[in-house]
Amino acid sequence: MNFTLASEFESVPHAEPRQPWKNTKLTILRSVFSFTVAAVLAALIAQVTPLAGRLGWFVAMAFTFPAVMAVVAYKRGSRAMADQMVTGIVLIGFTSVMIPWVSIVATVISRGLKAFYVGFLTTDMLVNQPDDPLNMGGVSHAIVGTLIQVLLASVVAVPLGIIAAIYIVEIRGRGAGVVRFFTQAMSGVPSIVAGLFVYATVVVTITHKFNAVAGALALAILMLPTVARTAEEVLKVVSDDLRASSQALGASQVATTFRVVLPTIRSGLITAAVLGVARVAGETAPLLLTSQYFVKFNTNIFDGPMASLPTYIFSSLGVGTDNSVARAWAASAVLLTLIFILFTIARLFGGRNRKSH
Amino acid sequence: MNETIATDRTKRNADNLELSGKGGLEARDLHAWFGTHHALADVSLHFPERTVTGLIGPSGCGKSTFLRLLNRMHEFIPKSAMAGEVLFNGDDIYAPGVNPTEIRKRIGMVFQKPNPFPAMTIGENVLAGVKLAKIKVENKDDLMEESLTRAGLWKEVRDRLNAAGGSLSGGQQQRLCIARALAMKPEALLLDEPCSALDPISTLRVEETIVQLSETMTIVIVTHNMQQAARVSDYCAFFLSNGGPGRLVEADLTNNIFNNPRDSRTADYVQGRFG
Repeated sequence: MNFTLASEFESVPHAEPRQPWKNTKLTILRSVFSFTVAAVLAALIAQVTPLAGRLGWFVAMAFTFPAVMAVVAYKRGSRAMADQMVTGIVLIGFTSVMIPWVSIVATVISRGLKAFYVGFLTTDMLVNQPDDPLNMGGVSHAIVGTLIQVLLASVVAVPLGIIAAIYIVEIRGRGAGVVRFFTQAMSGVPSIVAGLFVYATVVVTITHKFNAVAGALALAILMLPTVARTAEEVLKVVSDDLRASSQALGASQVATTFRVVLPTIRSGLITAAVLGVARVAGETAPLLLTSQYFVKFNTNIFDGPMASLPTYIFSSLGVGTDNSVARAWAASAVLLTLIFILFTIARLFGGRNRKSH
Repeated sequence: MNETIATDRTKRNADNLELSGKGGLEARDLHAWFGTHHALADVSLHFPERTVTGLIGPSGCGKSTFLRLLNRMHEFIPKSAMAGEVLFNGDDIYAPGVNPTEIRKRIGMVFQKPNPFPAMTIGENVLAGVKLAKIKVENKDDLMEESLTRAGLWKEVRDRLNAAGGSLSGGQQQRLCIARALAMKPEALLLDEPCSALDPISTLRVEETIVQLSETMTIVIVTHNMQQAARVSDYCAFFLSNGGPGRLVEADLTNNIFNNPRDSRTADYVQGRFG
């Protein structure tokens, strides 16, 4: 008795998918209405009270907007009122967090554009003074220096951090507690202390010269705890059933860790690396003591000082003339953009776990 | 060839399953989507008050999706969508302005895997819903005892109410989860394969609990166990998917589904010939 099911179902009657739990146009309209009323009220309040200017208006808005949202919901009961009031507070909170963030980015970009021309990305400062006209000289040496040093630091710190996390979570070795304690303690090390440490142990005693490897080592010291802690938290999320299933197939602990557990949390490990890079990409103090600053393009990582964007910004600001300060802003914009591009690449190429969809 | 399967509850003279609009839970032309994937199509089914309905069918036929639509749990899945209506005592629970948390208070749910809250004791677990929803209760001890008694667990745990919920056996944990749902005094209870992780003795205890509870509330239970469906349910609904969305093939008195199904696919399924 075999059946072919397909022929036995009548065709599916048409139905339009809907999402009744989503905000309707009415609720959005209500919010817009509340916002308008609250904005007018806040403006009035800012007129008659000591609250003045745009900031005064915003402070008044922080009170009027949730209040108006709640009043508009009056007819729908106390729960809806509370809901709307909290929605209002959250929106105000969101805005007040976004204002400084947007303002920082906007300021850096707008001031940076003044000193920016295409050559800024392709020339170094070998033949130019910081005070030269803004259509000469550039930061190519600093971009390459930052990339080299951050990359070197990642090569050291990311595998070490992940191995430390594996030791703590997967191996659960006898020293796991100690390792965790020290990674935690390391995250509190001031960056200049990391720089001094490398200066004393590498620059003074071994190389007798400033060099990029020393700079990268100083950055790696700062990067390591961030990577290790993040990777540890991600590893903890993997369910023990997964490990047991792999081991029950006869897989060794090494195979289980590297072939089953780590691929599962691939995107989490990339986040760990990205956070580590974010931690060090803008560091200045440790680099001043290790790779220093140099006006010329230098790709020899063992010999001689190497520029980086933060140290370029630092030294240009130190000169203090209009043109050199403008250069510092432009370099800041380049640094922000560079970090943004790095993160985007990391997300694009490894953000998703490959086998899921 | 139609070997008679004994169903325990045929003596119950329940109404027929036609849409009546009054009382209980009722799905009308219900559809479900996950993104663009049409998971469930065109289900109309009435669960009269104080009855047990078993939802049966092979894996992936939309039973659990259907169950989760009945107390507005479906919408937690990102990009999900639905169509149709679910009437609870005659009111559409998807109507605008309906508070979903209020619906979930009135329609309880028990999941496949026992999941007592690990950070709470047995006693705290029972009262968790009351506490989380900030419901005022006059006598918490009475409610705790009553809920545990109705879930058939009181005698086993009354001396260790302060022990961790996780210290119980799997079967006890599941009955603890039922007690936790009952403490909310729901009008309906949805059970998603509540016994699939339990041993036969625990299963029996949970089934006894279900039959007792059906004297006061509407119960819908998803199960893969044909004997269980036969033992506890008044009605059965058979779902099936042919690769497309899950569809309701047939719904009837349990006795009819098992002994005199109208659709040959139902007959094949309940007699274990496919699925």
